[in-house]
Amino acid sequence: MNGLRFFASARFWRGALPALSLTFVLVGVFWLQPRAMSYFGLNLLFNLAVPIALATIAQMFVIAVNDLDLSIGSFVSLVACIGATWLRDTPLLGIAALLGCVAVYAALGALIYIRQLPSIVVTLGMSFVWSGCAVLLLPTPGGSAPDWIRTLVSYKPSYVPMPLLAAVALGLVVHFGLMRTSWGVLMRGVGGNEKAITRAGWSVLKLKMVMYALTAVFGILAGLTLVGLATSADANIALRYTLLSIAGVILGGGEFVGGRISPVGAVLGAMTLTLTASFLSFLRISPDWQIGAQGAVLIIVLALRAIVNRLEARR
Amino acid sequence: MRSIETFMRHHPWSWSFVAAFLTWAATAAYISGTGGLALASTALSFSTFFVMVGIGQMFVITLGPGNVDLSIPSTITLSAVVSMMVMDGSNAMILPGFLAAILVGILVGLFNYSLIRVLSIPPIIATMSSSFLVQSSAIALGRGVKIKPPAALEWVATAKLTGVPVLSLGVIALAVCMAILLNRTVYGRSVTAFGQNTRAAGLAGVPIERIRYLTYSLSAVLAAICGVFLAGFSGGSSLNMGEEYLLASIAVVVIGGSSIAGGNSNVPGIFGSALFLFLLVAMLNTFGAAAGLRLILTGLIIVGVVTFAGGRTENR
Repeated sequence: MNGLRFFASARFWRGALPALSLTFVLVGVFWLQPRAMSYFGLNLLFNLAVPIALATIAQMFVIAVNDLDLSIGSFVSLVACIGATWLRDTPLLGIAALLGCVAVYAALGALIYIRQLPSIVVTLGMSFVWSGCAVLLLPTPGGSAPDWIRTLVSYKPSYVPMPLLAAVALGLVVHFGLMRTSWGVLMRGVGGNEKAITRAGWSVLKLKMVMYALTAVFGILAGLTLVGLATSADANIALRYTLLSIAGVILGGGEFVGGRISPVGAVLGAMTLTLTASFLSFLRISPDWQIGAQGAVLIIVLALRAIVNRLEARR
Repeated sequence: MRSIETFMRHHPWSWSFVAAFLTWAATAAYISGTGGLALASTALSFSTFFVMVGIGQMFVITLGPGNVDLSIPSTITLSAVVSMMVMDGSNAMILPGFLAAILVGILVGLFNYSLIRVLSIPPIIATMSSSFLVQSSAIALGRGVKIKPPAALEWVATAKLTGVPVLSLGVIALAVCMAILLNRTVYGRSVTAFGQNTRAAGLAGVPIERIRYLTYSLSAVLAAICGVFLAGFSGGSSLNMGEEYLLASIAVVVIGGSSIAGGNSNVPGIFGSALFLFLLVAMLNTFGAAAGLRLILTGLIIVGVVTFAGGRTENR
């Protein structure tokens, strides 16, 4: 009886919404193009979803502490540029640069917390810094990805396509880390109730630094995957990731305040957004409407969530 | 000396003018001769666009935390495309073109507001979602469209009277009106009250929802008007013309000394910081800095300014 009631509850529907929207778009794609329902087809459909999903998870860490990162797109671009130049030619310098990036992110977290700064403005400023570094490093599109990254991203396991495996692994690992460990509770607590965390004797400063550093780590993973798939880089390669990643987190059931996030949902959200773009091309609608369709999906899902919330409030 | 200091402390916007003047002086000294005056005139021309969108963004930011209009760049692009198509290069159609652009602004503002209201989502998400749709419409409408702006519009956007850009005179007038709107009208005071404490403002009888609606519309309409002039200024519309205005619109508000936490804004600072932003790029250009370095310094200055000014929001 309890089980049945759960399925009728608003909480269940809110949680199921990201999965339902992905299923809906996926069914649409399969219906239009049955050949997509294959190993090769799925690989093609979801290939580019992996870096977007990684960037979405990166964004999620920042959103979990009630901040917003408007620089993630230019950061991922910079990482792709580092990947296509230094990491290939002088690996040690490349690794040092990437570690430096993580340190800068942690420092940003500290700065934003200590001075109580609006994250939007700080990260917007940083987006210029990252872009500037990327332009200095790679003034014209080019470079080439290190072979080991290329081999890694084009790995083809038997039966299940790599992007799907990667998405499942990503969702589960982050879910376990953030939702099932005591560290995860602390970190989400910073977004939920900062004062409570402080009074319990934890350092919010350190926690924020860790969250920002994690954003950098996943941003780096996104950039390296992207450069592996694209084989070369340019300074603007991932600029649209900024808005896509925020949209992905929100689509996945994350909320802006209160540390309410869902790692699995975020991955599903990123996949839905990527798939929406292909859905249009299967419908033979001009790619001009791609971002429009992504916006529409976002609005529809948010509307459905508002309906669920309202039903809950009425009860 | 004391009086200057007190003045600057009480008028945070004065910093932006000092910064603008210093960058100008440094550049003018470097190029020497009459170049300095020409630079000042160019700075006035370019900064007018930053001021137009900056004022709209300022009103939105005044509403308080979470209120930011991310749809400004796409609104600029869409209104530029629509107005160029309506005007179709003829002087007689300038007025209808303008009205069409303003209509675009009103519709975007209405759409933004309804998303915030109906879906009860944070304004950042609402304006971001709508910017996806607006940008897409602009791309679909404007792809391959190459329409020259009408001669009269081009004149207004680029002409200079003894070195002073005509458009900048208009924008100064606009800024004065907006300063009066912010500080001396019921609407402006309501926006400030909204940003300081929404609940208290509501209990005191401020029509919260109407204020919010008007503010998002104002921002979108100003962005739309900016789009028309920008198209006139740069010889037509292009699909990425709005891009740099997302950061610029927020940066001029912050550098201008308005509180990013809302409830405490000023118009003059927007003018000062718009001049500063342009002059900074011009200075780095004259000194021969590479494009990348220019971006890095611009970013660092924005981060530096908020770090410096950020503490103020606490002791309010």
